[in-house]
Amino acid sequence: MKTEPFVVNIGPQHPSTHGVFRMRLTLDGERITDADMVIGYLHRSMEKLAEERSFTQVIPFTDRTDYVAAMTGNLAYVLAVEKLCGIEAPERAQWLRVIMSELQRFASHSMAVGVFANDCGAWQTPVMHMFREREKILDLFEMACGARLTTNYMRIGGVSRDIPPEFLPAAHKLLAELPTRMDEYEGLLVENEIIVARSRGVGVLPAELAIATSVSGPMLRGSGVAWDIRKADPYAAYGRVEFDICVGTNGDVYDRFLVRVAEMRQSIRILEQALEMMPGGPVAVDIPVALRPPVGEAYGRIESPRGELGFYVVSDGGPAPYRFHIRSPSYINLTPLRDLAIGATVADAIVILGSIDIVVGEVDR
Amino acid sequence: MTTVLSGFDVAQRIQQKLPDAIADATPEWAEVKADQLIETCAFLRDDPELDLRFLSSLCGVDRLDHFEVVYHLLSISRNLAATVKVRSYDRENPEVPSVVPVWRGAHFQERETYDLMGIRFEGHPDLRRIFLWDGFPGHPLRKDWLNFPGGQMAGLERFPGEPRGPLEGRG
Repeated sequence: MKTEPFVVNIGPQHPSTHGVFRMRLTLDGERITDADMVIGYLHRSMEKLAEERSFTQVIPFTDRTDYVAAMTGNLAYVLAVEKLCGIEAPERAQWLRVIMSELQRFASHSMAVGVFANDCGAWQTPVMHMFREREKILDLFEMACGARLTTNYMRIGGVSRDIPPEFLPAAHKLLAELPTRMDEYEGLLVENEIIVARSRGVGVLPAELAIATSVSGPMLRGSGVAWDIRKADPYAAYGRVEFDICVGTNGDVYDRFLVRVAEMRQSIRILEQALEMMPGGPVAVDIPVALRPPVGEAYGRIESPRGELGFYVVSDGGPAPYRFHIRSPSYINLTPLRDLAIGATVADAIVILGSIDIVVGEVDR
Repeated sequence: MTTVLSGFDVAQRIQQKLPDAIADATPEWAEVKADQLIETCAFLRDDPELDLRFLSSLCGVDRLDHFEVVYHLLSISRNLAATVKVRSYDRENPEVPSVVPVWRGAHFQERETYDLMGIRFEGHPDLRRIFLWDGFPGHPLRKDWLNFPGGQMAGLERFPGEPRGPLEGRG
């Protein structure tokens, strides 16, 4: 019988691709023999746009790269510019940055975990449960800065404003209920037979390959590499809180999922400490409105919910960045996708992509 | 804390093994000659004392008279960071060797740099545009991409309302 390879496009508009992202799979029966990705549908050329904006005006762009985790996007950028200018944010701002980043990490991971369960076949119920807590976190963001998703909260030299008086009681109330919610999620998902059957042993990424392909974040830790920039190179006030790095053992889809669930627990732990330890005082230092960083360049990296988020900022002494580059974890974590997909089935490819946890706004920028 | 290696240290270390690979060094980065880039990168990756096996970021910078490709490297085992650069002076057809054989993580990043900056990476296994469509005119991150007749260079010359001053003619 004469056969030929069959090419199937998944996306760009497909619920499993989490945005406008296209996987071009070449199939031999049910098995994938080649995989290519087609991206750029959401390319807004932020790196070029930033060259025409002042350093402060660039901050809103960083909301819109990773729109699921805007706070960490803001933070990574302002840290890079602070490094370039030699500005140090005040103590209270450092703690506010930790609090916002961890709230954001919890919100982002809950979405990742919920949507991953969706990919495994648990249609919408886990997502809706996860979104319940995410909504409460977004309410906290709204209190702090007036926006829920595109927060634009961090500033060069601090944060845009102090938290209102009702923030702390609401945050404490939320933190008191999160551990029970986590028990609920873990009971629902972690030992779930369908999730285990769909994800264990699927999409195995060995630690060697993960490092060679520059994979970072929960995906790298899922492969057993204990690398977390919050520990390795503490920024903001992370050096003063206690938490553990969560690592997997097999590097499969299931381990990546477990790492995210475990990190949500650690985020609660960090938040409890940070809310206790945050001092009073100013939340920003004065910087000139017409900020002209010295000639030079800086690369700032943080651990965003998706991995190493880096901003490379080059200044020529002018009011706008001479060059602005985003090292986006979603994009670079896609590098081993082809290796993971080859040999897998189509259904597995969906789960593998779900476990990478991409945000297409950050893939395309 | 991640120890950021000074460019001089990196350059010195490379020179012990590859005497004429270094073109320049500053406190922040070491510049490598393009024809020895692969050997140097392989050395940085395999040297047990550096062990820079993780390519954090790769990007191109248009410096008007030359193009720069900047590599931000990381050692996970030793918690080190280093910055290496390579230059290409060919304005029309800039080309540097691809580091995909050394760090596979460069694959998509080099494709991105080719797409947006127009730097060709010699030896890249699959050098195609990635964000823009085939047939897109030019490479938009180049500084002269907007330089059509009557147009101007990219970049913010001064803040709104600020008088024209010493920065006039930026870019």
